[in-house]
Amino acid sequence: MSLHRRDVVKALLAERGGLLVVAGLGSTAWDCTAAGDHDLTFPLWGAMGCAAVMGLGLALAQPRRRVLVITGDGEMLMGLGSLATIGVQKPANLSVVVIDNERYGETGMQATHTASGVDLAAMARAAGFATGVLVRDAAGVGALRKMVHEADGPNFAQVKVAAEKVPLVLPPREGVLLKNRFRAALLGAGAALE
Amino acid sequence: MQQVLSQHRIGVVGYVPDGGHKRLIELCQADARMRSVVLSTEEEGVGLAAGAWLGGERSVLLMQSSGVGNIVNALATVRECRFPVTILVTMRGENGEFNPWQVPMGQATGAVLRAMGAVVHRVDNPADVAGQVEASLRIAHGSYCAAAVLIGQRLIGIKSFQEQANQ
Repeated sequence: MSLHRRDVVKALLAERGGLLVVAGLGSTAWDCTAAGDHDLTFPLWGAMGCAAVMGLGLALAQPRRRVLVITGDGEMLMGLGSLATIGVQKPANLSVVVIDNERYGETGMQATHTASGVDLAAMARAAGFATGVLVRDAAGVGALRKMVHEADGPNFAQVKVAAEKVPLVLPPREGVLLKNRFRAALLGAGAALE
Repeated sequence: MQQVLSQHRIGVVGYVPDGGHKRLIELCQADARMRSVVLSTEEEGVGLAAGAWLGGERSVLLMQSSGVGNIVNALATVRECRFPVTILVTMRGENGEFNPWQVPMGQATGAVLRAMGAVVHRVDNPADVAGQVEASLRIAHGSYCAAAVLIGQRLIGIKSFQEQANQ
């Protein structure tokens, strides 16, 4: 039985503690919002291909916090070079989870490269990630949650999910608001004066 | 120039190497207070800088003028979110350039950056470099924007494959 994207994201973000989250544009940003809008989630409305490397910048700046990038297969495919960049830096506190429905969900459900077998988890392993796993079932999601919250990284997971339309649950749109609320929650009110 | 970056508490330096940045990259790598991040494409640097700023660190990006063509859409995010980022660009495609493939992007670099909302400074005199880098750091962090310094090809020297072969 195939996994459902909203269930996977909800499981990863339940009782998230101090986790810092970057959500790739499109469906994964809506998934994260559906799991509960949060000041320490930075949902992208643009910058396609930049989610993973934005997680890298955050992980390097905050080495004592765990950082999770949740993004889609199409978004990840646009930034494959960032897997190599992360593999070189090897931030132990970073996990990248790709919710892989094998489709460009926002543009008419056209097939992505992963529908033809492109193996993102193998690419991440080859790039130097500590782990690169393919997740297909509920047991795998349980292990993935443990990896995201506890294991030394950089960790990568490609989670195969059903290609389904789910209700839109949108986060705030304004970039400055999203940036300032994240920094205030992480760094304190004084961050606005930096 | 590296001292200026250090004085301005730059914590992350993202770069795609260029000959004109060689010494600066080496100095940044040797500075324990700076994390040097080699990028596979310049666009990654913009994401890196945005993420670092979310986490409280200041960033500088080093790239060649051709790399500016690779960051255009990412600069939309910098503008929308008002992320501060300073970009030091070594110029190609001007002033006696021998490689015609470098000329179109080199000639468009300033216009492309301005079109995406970056503040652009240009230096052609070695004595002005540190001051213009400092000015760009100040405006990037004072105004929460992208600020670029275009370091002219006349200042860096014109690349010649013949000279490289003789080195």
